[in-house]
Amino acid sequence: MPSEKKQCQHTAKLCAALEKNENYQKAKAYADRVLALGNDSLEKTIAIAVSLCLVCAVLVSFAAVALKPLQINNKELDMKKNILDVAGLLEEGRDIDAAFAEKIEAKIVDLETGDYVENMNAAEYDQRKAAKDPAQSIAIPKDKDIAHIRVKAKYAKVFLVKEGGTIKSIILPVNGYGLWSTLYGFLSLDPDGQTVQSINFYDQAETPGLGGEVVNPNWRALWKGKKVYAEADQPSLEKGLIGEAEMGEPALSLIKGVVDNSKPGSQYQVDGLAGASLTSTGVTNLIRYWMSKEGFAPYLSKVRTVKGGVS
Amino acid sequence: MSAVLNEETKKVLVDPLVSNNPITLQVLGICSALAVTSQMSTSLIMALALTLVTAFSSAAISAIRNHIPSSIRIIVQMTIIASLVIVVDQILKAFAYDVSKQLSVFVGLIITNCIVMGRAEGYAMKNPPLESFMDGIGNGLGYSLILIIVAFFRETLGSGKLLGIEVFKLTKDGGWYDPNGLMLLPPSAFFIIGLIIWSVRQWKPEQAEKVEFKIMPIAHGEGGHH
Repeated sequence: MPSEKKQCQHTAKLCAALEKNENYQKAKAYADRVLALGNDSLEKTIAIAVSLCLVCAVLVSFAAVALKPLQINNKELDMKKNILDVAGLLEEGRDIDAAFAEKIEAKIVDLETGDYVENMNAAEYDQRKAAKDPAQSIAIPKDKDIAHIRVKAKYAKVFLVKEGGTIKSIILPVNGYGLWSTLYGFLSLDPDGQTVQSINFYDQAETPGLGGEVVNPNWRALWKGKKVYAEADQPSLEKGLIGEAEMGEPALSLIKGVVDNSKPGSQYQVDGLAGASLTSTGVTNLIRYWMSKEGFAPYLSKVRTVKGGVS
Repeated sequence: MSAVLNEETKKVLVDPLVSNNPITLQVLGICSALAVTSQMSTSLIMALALTLVTAFSSAAISAIRNHIPSSIRIIVQMTIIASLVIVVDQILKAFAYDVSKQLSVFVGLIITNCIVMGRAEGYAMKNPPLESFMDGIGNGLGYSLILIIVAFFRETLGSGKLLGIEVFKLTKDGGWYDPNGLMLLPPSAFFIIGLIIWSVRQWKPEQAEKVEFKIMPIAHGEGGHH
């Protein structure tokens, strides 16, 4: 057994304090006794298990608590980066926080009426959290839940890019189930509420290389200029080329293979992801859901009337 | 320093690279080698994370090895490994958010990586902390080496890039290289690891396992009496 002096490896002051502390002495005596026991005794087994768990718990909780602020910051920064990206405003080397604060305006929208909700703090509202809270969310009836998300928040957080008072882009949060995961993303539209600027998924766990290609910049570039709602003067509507969409309904969908841009109706079509038909169907469904009356259609019709876009 | 780098330390550091590689000889840790190697950047982070976890868990287990009750031995090892993995995961989420997003569940799965457990049970339970630490580093490096080789082929052939930088210009961007989609899927790592194992065993024939039994030639005239 090592001597008492050798065992106390702290500073002299701490050692003296510990020397006087009755509980410390008791604990130390107990530790010495247990460590001297045979490894297979019941008491030692339990003592080792409990103390190991304590040490590990402290280590893990310390790491989790100490790093939490950094992690939250990372998440927010990533979200802002994605919003800037979908708005086409992401510049290399530019401070994301500053660019976001300067160019983007967050707004809360009541999904049912399509009106802005002014008495809520848009910066602090978390739509994904709200969707999980029964008080702030609505269960989606099964027959309408084409995006397979089961619930939606009553209020959506949309982002506007404004330049000199006029809206340049409307950025809408969308989500829906793909093959393995719920895809979360943003769809950015022209002020006419009809023409797509870009799409971006910031949270998904689809198969890397197949469904995971939803984040591929080359594929995302195909969305630019596509139209969301079926328009009256489209001859292609007769043939049902754009699925079951009726006039004024969301028609945008992913198709199998490559879109022939010379064909009528191609403005409602985006290339499907090769080898990922279920993810592609999921993306089609989530776009159709969020652009329908269940989603942002009431809001978009109001933005359009205000700004005088396409009727 | 010369005392630190004694024979044993050198052996535990260098041996796992080729002659006792955890992947090619022991065939451990294959699952993550398939999962994370479609890109070099994720492979490097995974290799680093696994090396650190193996080294520190081996050292910690070795430090208390004389007091671990044998009846709860494995649980004690698992608890230490799991705690370290969670800490690594938290650190990645705080300091390398993009990579942690790509690695997603695989960092957590280091807990079940057979290399970590294998070193704890096979080496750290019998050897002092410093050697165990070095053994963890050595085995982590052996794993890293294979991951880097696999990722090199998968990323260049599968997406024409290396560490995200274009190496071959792809046909869809107007270049000449038509990427091999198979390389992006986990099974391709099986083929590459298989080829690596084959080449290593050609180079070092002593690594090939002994044939456990011989298939006897069918004696003439047997069969056909039924």
